[in-house]
Amino acid sequence: MSIFHDLTVKPWLTAQGTVELRDKAAARKLALKVFLAIVTVLFMLLVVAYARRMAYEDWRPSPQLGLLWANTFALVLSSVALQWALFSARRGQTDGMRVAFLAGGAFTVVFLVGQILAWRQLGTMAYFDVTNPAIAFFYLITGLHGLHLLGGLVAWGRTFTKVWGDFDLAKIRNSVELCTLYWHYLLGVWLVLFGLLFSGNNLDILLKLCGIK
Amino acid sequence: MSYVAHDESAFAPPAEVEEVELYHAKTWVGKYVWSQDAKVIAIQYAMTAIGIGLVALVLSWLMRLQLGYPNTFSFINPSNYLQFVTMHGMIMVIYLLTALFLGGFGNYLIPLMVGARDMVFPYVNMVSYWVYLFAVLLLVASFFVTGGPTGAGWTLYPPQAISHGTPGASWGIILMLVSLAFFIIGFTMGGLNYVVTVLQARTRGMTMMRLPLTVWGIFMATVLALLAFPALFVSAIMMILDLTLGTSFFMPALVSMGKLSEHTGGNPLLFQHLFWFFGHPEVYIVALPAFGIVSDLLSVHARKNIFGYRMMVWAILAIGALSFVVWAHHMYVSGMNPYFGFFFATTTLIIAVPTAIKVYNWVLTLWRGNIHLTVPMLFAIGFIFTFINGGLTGLFLGNATVSVPLSDTMFVVAHFHMVMAIAPIMVVFGAIYHWYPKITGRMLNDTLGKFHFWVTFVGSYCIYYPMHYLGMMGVPRRYYAISGTDFIPASAHFVNEWITIAALVVGVVQLVFLYNLISSYFKGKPSGSNPWNATTLEWQTPDTPPKHGNFGAALPVVYRWAYDYSVPGAVEDFIPQNVPPREVAGRNTSKT
Repeated sequence: MSIFHDLTVKPWLTAQGTVELRDKAAARKLALKVFLAIVTVLFMLLVVAYARRMAYEDWRPSPQLGLLWANTFALVLSSVALQWALFSARRGQTDGMRVAFLAGGAFTVVFLVGQILAWRQLGTMAYFDVTNPAIAFFYLITGLHGLHLLGGLVAWGRTFTKVWGDFDLAKIRNSVELCTLYWHYLLGVWLVLFGLLFSGNNLDILLKLCGIK
Repeated sequence: MSYVAHDESAFAPPAEVEEVELYHAKTWVGKYVWSQDAKVIAIQYAMTAIGIGLVALVLSWLMRLQLGYPNTFSFINPSNYLQFVTMHGMIMVIYLLTALFLGGFGNYLIPLMVGARDMVFPYVNMVSYWVYLFAVLLLVASFFVTGGPTGAGWTLYPPQAISHGTPGASWGIILMLVSLAFFIIGFTMGGLNYVVTVLQARTRGMTMMRLPLTVWGIFMATVLALLAFPALFVSAIMMILDLTLGTSFFMPALVSMGKLSEHTGGNPLLFQHLFWFFGHPEVYIVALPAFGIVSDLLSVHARKNIFGYRMMVWAILAIGALSFVVWAHHMYVSGMNPYFGFFFATTTLIIAVPTAIKVYNWVLTLWRGNIHLTVPMLFAIGFIFTFINGGLTGLFLGNATVSVPLSDTMFVVAHFHMVMAIAPIMVVFGAIYHWYPKITGRMLNDTLGKFHFWVTFVGSYCIYYPMHYLGMMGVPRRYYAISGTDFIPASAHFVNEWITIAALVVGVVQLVFLYNLISSYFKGKPSGSNPWNATTLEWQTPDTPPKHGNFGAALPVVYRWAYDYSVPGAVEDFIPQNVPPREVAGRNTSKT
């Protein structure tokens, strides 16, 4: 039933009373989606703030770190691995699910270690100047994104401990599904952020289109 | 009275899933301290919010003492005064009103009103409260650190907030920002619960359009809060980094005492945009629950269905959406492009349309209703008056050209206190008088309640009506003392004295309310399960106060909306939501 239909029923007529009740798994999925909406606002605000600051004449872009390409590749791999785990869980292939799920977490750890290395690399460069907004934004944005992944790893860890021994496949499938959704989403966010942080001074047309410059 | 739920699937189709098992605490501490029961969490939220709210009330007295009797009290100096202003504002808006409406009323009413046994994620709900309490304690701690709490004004604008010379520019501001960040984390946990519970845990037959407007108001306010608080969260983190690590997100290059600061190129306006992207929806985070609750109070105590239910729901949704595109009307004097000013003035005035629809509908609900002037009803009517007054001055301030000369005057203070302090607090009081019998099983004392209402209502007008005139004379806000200002007549001082006396009286009368709350808990008249003859599900519980799990063995089945009052042909003037149509016919035949 569409939202528009829901909002136009006449509640004073007693005969219009269907309601779709859902189970706990659906509730968890909805909660995750609402949370992702909140995270979207958070990163959207950061992107807008960054773009507005870029429009100023004294903008000094942060140096481009090659390591970020490798990190991005690791995060893509983690997302792919989790998707594989989900496929396996849906087909009831528990061994495949375990391996893929473990690989998803491992690639995420590689990504996070890579991000820390990137932080250190930038910190030792001659460009490093904490009062340069581009540098400060780089640390802030990558830091917040990393913290979200760390939070995801907590949920991943809880699920991971359950996939050994006896477990209810339906419940685990739900948890794997939520992890996969979260990882895909954070990969998407990272790709946008990566594009922004790597753009240097090349976003003029986009900024003009958005009315920022 | 007990109602048997017939299987009338045309009205309430069978449930598709089984009930979720509840967590049952085994110890006293588990039940009442580390509780996962939304009702206990609601009371914890409410008591903490009211406790910290009383601190903010005392701060307002101190401000008023200074303004009414300048140079009289040695313990109020200019720095203290700014700290009182800041902490009063922040506590009242965030730590009292937001927490009380969403954490307090939201937790208590959502599961009961939608027919659920508890929130969907009770453990997360419990953590939400304890994180909130931690945030409050951090805030309180700022009173005791070196330099005291921040005195930057509740808007915390940089560069002033973290520059030397501003009270609390070192520890005070850090504690404030960290406290806000924790508040937001805690609220997000609770907010996810409220949203998912409303969307997923409604009982059989409870469609979205059968929800009481209280639930709609709290639901939409929660959505707003979830989407608006990230802006405050980000700006708090960025300001902490500017202060502690020397970044320049907001801090421009400054020359202070002849010395160039270490910051370069930050943008203070960015903070203003982020703050008000949160700050304006915050007005509706406080107002929408009040709108919802007052709709239910009016309907119950006027024994009449709410006028224009669907329009009320649509207005709540429209206000929620519009509240995200009006934020820069708080920044007309920031030097913005006049075209932006025009845009934001237009959106601001458009928001008056759904708001006015709600006001008309409240008044039309009263029209030819069987009005019972109970204490909740008095507060509800008091809200309508106050909200209209505050809303009308909003039309002045929403217009960029009219707003500019009134900016930073007492007119603004009077406006926002009418519209988002007194009006919502009227609803808070009305709601407490209304639901106290369900929470405790006892009625609040009626005489004390009426005394509390009249002094609070009339007293508030004594405070804020004259304040508008002060503002129009040009008396600025946030000033510790005024001198050398010929354009302000001496009579303004007498007005200030009058306002101070009124504020002290209104404040003291709240002690009568607190006394009523405590004494009625022990000695109040037993209320029974449904003293107001209301239709919504919280009044149909087998136990009062409701026990853990709310509804006994079986969840209620809902057959109708929440506003079947004075239905033609029905014997009683209310039909609870869980009474099946067949039973209404049965009751009519048996009683006629």
